[in-house]
This record gives sequence, C-alpha cells and structure tokens, in this order.
Amino acid sequence: MKKILLWGGLGLLLVFLSIGLYRSQQGQVGIGETAPDFELISFSGEIYQLSDYQGSVVVVNFWASWCESCKPEAKDLELAYQFYLNRGDVIFLGVDYVDIEPEALAYLEEFGITYPNGPDLRTEISQAYRVRGVPETFIIDQNGIISHVQIGPYSSLEHIKSTIDPLLD
Amino acid sequence: MIQKSKRTHWWVIALVLLISLIPFSAFAQGSGPTDDDVNEVARQLYCPVCENIPLDTCGTTACEQWRGIIRDKLAEGWTTDEIKTYFVNQYGDRVLAEPPMRGFNWVVYLVPVVIFVGGGFLFYRGFQQWRSPDQNRKDRKKEKVKSKPSKPSENDISRVEKELRKRSQG
Repeated sequence: MKKILLWGGLGLLLVFLSIGLYRSQQGQVGIGETAPDFELISFSGEIYQLSDYQGSVVVVNFWASWCESCKPEAKDLELAYQFYLNRGDVIFLGVDYVDIEPEALAYLEEFGITYPNGPDLRTEISQAYRVRGVPETFIIDQNGIISHVQIGPYSSLEHIKSTIDPLLD
Repeated sequence: MIQKSKRTHWWVIALVLLISLIPFSAFAQGSGPTDDDVNEVARQLYCPVCENIPLDTCGTTACEQWRGIIRDKLAEGWTTDEIKTYFVNQYGDRVLAEPPMRGFNWVVYLVPVVIFVGGGFLFYRGFQQWRSPDQNRKDRKKEKVKSKPSKPSENDISRVEKELRKRSQG
C-alpha cells in the first residue's frame, strides 16, 4: 500500500512537471487553429469582443511602447488600416502588451495610430495566444481561423497587404 | 563708520541664514520615496518581459517604467499591498514573486512539503532498519536473557521425582 502511494505521488509529480514543460515549450497559436476569443477594453473605454467580428478579417497586433522593433511597423499598420477602412470587413485591433498607459498613449500619438488599441489586462490575451514577444500579429479569417502569424515586425505596407488580401473577395 | 559696519554685519547674518536654508531645501526635495523604498516593493515583483529576473535588478526599459510607477504610487501614499494588487490587475499573477495560494498555484506550496515529509519518513524508516553491529549484539544478548528457562516450581520438582521413582521401581 505504502509503495503504491509512494509511486503514485512520484507519478503525479512527474505529470505536473510534464504539463509545465509542455506548456512552456508550446509555440504561438498556429495557422489553422481557431483564434481564442477575447475582450479588449480600449484606452478610451470601448469594449471589443473578437467573436463579434465573425465574417470579417481581423488583424490582431501585439505591441508595446518599450518595444523598439514594434516602431518600424507601426506606421505601416496604420496605413493598412486606412487602406481597408472603407471596405468595412477588415478590423484592426492593437493589444498593448505589458506596458504602462501614459507611455502607450504617447506611442499611439507618435505614430498617429487611430484603430482601436487597449491594454492586455492581466496578460490574458497574450497568454491565450501564447505570445512569446512583441511584435506579433495574427491574421484571423472570416470564420475565426488563424490564417497567418507574423513573428516580428512587418517589413512594409505591401507585406501587411500580402497577408490580408488572399482572404478577401 | 560704525553704522556701516553694523549694516555689513546684518548682511553677513542674512547671507549665513540663506546658506543654511540650502541643505534644508535639498532635504525637502529628497523626502519622497528613496531608491531603497522603490526596490523594497520591486523585489517582490517580476517582470513578465524578462522572465525570472526580479524587478529591482532588471535593466530593461519596461522594468524602468515599472519602477517609475512604483515610485509614483509610493509618493501618492499607496501601500506595498495596494501596489502589488495594481500590478496583478494590470499584468496578472505571474508578476508576483510569491504566487497567491489558489488554484494550480497550490502545487508550488504543496510539493516541497510533500517532498520534505516523505523524505523525513523514508529517512526515519531507513534509520530504523539500519543497525550497527554493536546494537545487534546487544539485542541478541537481550533475547538470550529473555529466553532463559525459569526455575521449576516445588510442585513440578516433586512431580518429576515421583515419576522417576515410579519408573525406577517398575
């Protein structure tokens, strides 16, 4: 009986360790997977629920004001947002990762970003998407499936468009 | 001439008073939270950007910003717990050096206790089974003493003698 308890305890400990290791080794949510739903409360207080945008292409960009490599793509993302704005079926959401609000607002103003942006409260969104760093961008198709994952910054406006256009009619 | 000298004295006194105010004003400026105060709170937090590095020793821009927030909150009169709660609400439980005792976090607290108690039990069992040669010898002696036959009673002796006599006659 004692032996069973001992080996059972050790087995349980190994299971916990394995789960921890597995979770830490998992990469980002991948192409073809259903995009985890989330609620983003923007800096101005509006609530954006990802599941409300079924039928639209959604661009979810993770960024931070302290992130130097986020800066080169910031203007291009805004240009892309402006480019698709009139169509109405391409939504841009900016998720501010581990940042402080005054710095984040200054960043948005510096790069003239007008699409909805909000903090990743309790880092719940970045954990759901298993984000490993910033910038990272997820393109979600009309059915809520991830069609592209951009690790690191986009190199140009054309680069951004090349990941969105194939999803549009 | 004397009046002029008196006036000079007053100027000197005024100057001395002014100079004496300089350190006082410097002290007033420094009466906000010190670096030690900030670090006292910061060492209880971890930055999720640079994993496994306490906030007080982390050198990234994000960590500097966070220490700035701590300084501001301390200056506003927030307590350490209030600041920690603020960071948890903003960035989640993983910013805490000591995870809160709830949900899966219990494993972190229970596993060391289980290992300690289990290890203690195994050590005790091993110690009990382990005997030195001297101890074994003493134990054997004790057993011998225990197994020594007791003295027969008078009744038994007379019965045996009776039986022997009967046999020798027969």
